[in-house]
Amino acid sequence: MNSMNARAKELLENKTVNIIIGYEEGPTGIARPAFITDPATTDNLIYDDRCVQNLAVYLTKQEVKSFGKMAIVAALPVMRSIMMLISEKQVVPENIIVLGISTDGKYLDMADMSVMQGYIEKSVLTNPEKYKAALADLNRLNAEERFVYWEKELSNCIKCYACRQACPMCYCIRCSTEVNQPQWIPVQANTHGNMEWHILRAMHLAGRCISCGECGRACPLGIPCHLLTMHLTDKVYDYFKVNAGTSENMNSVLSTFEPNDKESFII
Amino acid sequence: MSDFEPKIVAFVCNWCTYAGADLTGTSRIKYSSSVKIIRFPCTGRIDFMLLLKAFANGADGIIVSGCHPNDCHYTSGNFHAKRRWIMFKELMDFMGINMRRITFSWVSAAEGAKWADVVNATSDTIRELGPYVSYRELVNRPVEEEVRNE
Repeated sequence: MNSMNARAKELLENKTVNIIIGYEEGPTGIARPAFITDPATTDNLIYDDRCVQNLAVYLTKQEVKSFGKMAIVAALPVMRSIMMLISEKQVVPENIIVLGISTDGKYLDMADMSVMQGYIEKSVLTNPEKYKAALADLNRLNAEERFVYWEKELSNCIKCYACRQACPMCYCIRCSTEVNQPQWIPVQANTHGNMEWHILRAMHLAGRCISCGECGRACPLGIPCHLLTMHLTDKVYDYFKVNAGTSENMNSVLSTFEPNDKESFII
Repeated sequence: MSDFEPKIVAFVCNWCTYAGADLTGTSRIKYSSSVKIIRFPCTGRIDFMLLLKAFANGADGIIVSGCHPNDCHYTSGNFHAKRRWIMFKELMDFMGINMRRITFSWVSAAEGAKWADVVNATSDTIRELGPYVSYRELVNRPVEEEVRNE
């Protein structure tokens, strides 16, 4: 990763960017996000198996945006998130320099967004095996068993909204959960309200989620809420053959349509 | 369950199904009285959260109906709605919520008889399924009880 650190140092010294978003080692040995503005501290940047957080979430935050030009350490899921944010006009591509990480963990030099686009096109982002297995297990159950499963899992939810905060695509300044006329999502954490919240979240992410699994990792109670969005991401591909975050000109699946969209349940 | 009278909420668009339901009445076709019709400007306006709120507030079944594809008063509202319902149905199925309780249909302003058929068929299905207690039980469950059960 020396080449990544050298490139980061060069970018800050030349004032090409004002901040680098990456990973550093925290005091307990975990990898945590690092926001580096001083060229002398770029040696702190690391990239290894511990670096799983989707850093694209910070690109839309005002505290980071106020730095102007920025560089971000991005493996494939983060690249896809950045591409999705560009297609939704949430970030300015000219302001972002990507310090790419290949799928086998090597540093990739990316001059501009077209290089990243090329890399996204030739790489396949698949759900990790443990998620695929969990989805398959759930799909094998019958409807009543699935209802019991989700009722049990979602009854643990404390409505901390970590799943929302960790998601790069949940960038709304005023979320539906904060709307109280009408009160779409009940404030207290009861099973029914929790279920409504997770349905709302999954629906709002349908066709936009790139299946990074960050929501599930962020959940302090271990609720597998990422399975809901991953399931819909799979279904979006089945029905509409769209993968979120693969092109900077793509349209959101639920805000466009094809006249010949097929379904079998409308009578 | 013979004395069970289902509560069915119908979310319909102003331009086709509402006019179609009007025609059912003016044609003097009798149909199930268990349906409560809510008129919307367009099927594209029908938020999925409204369906969840209907179930939470006592509905046993739901009908969502609007103009046939290509007949939308606003050109494309029903196409957008169709994509949304495809995703919503997949999510509900995945969460184990019985989608037989929600009927989606296209009923034009000329299809008064079809509206009667849709309502009657939905009413029969809901009579067979019974009241939606499994969902309402969640709504009425007090928070304190959930905490005690931990």
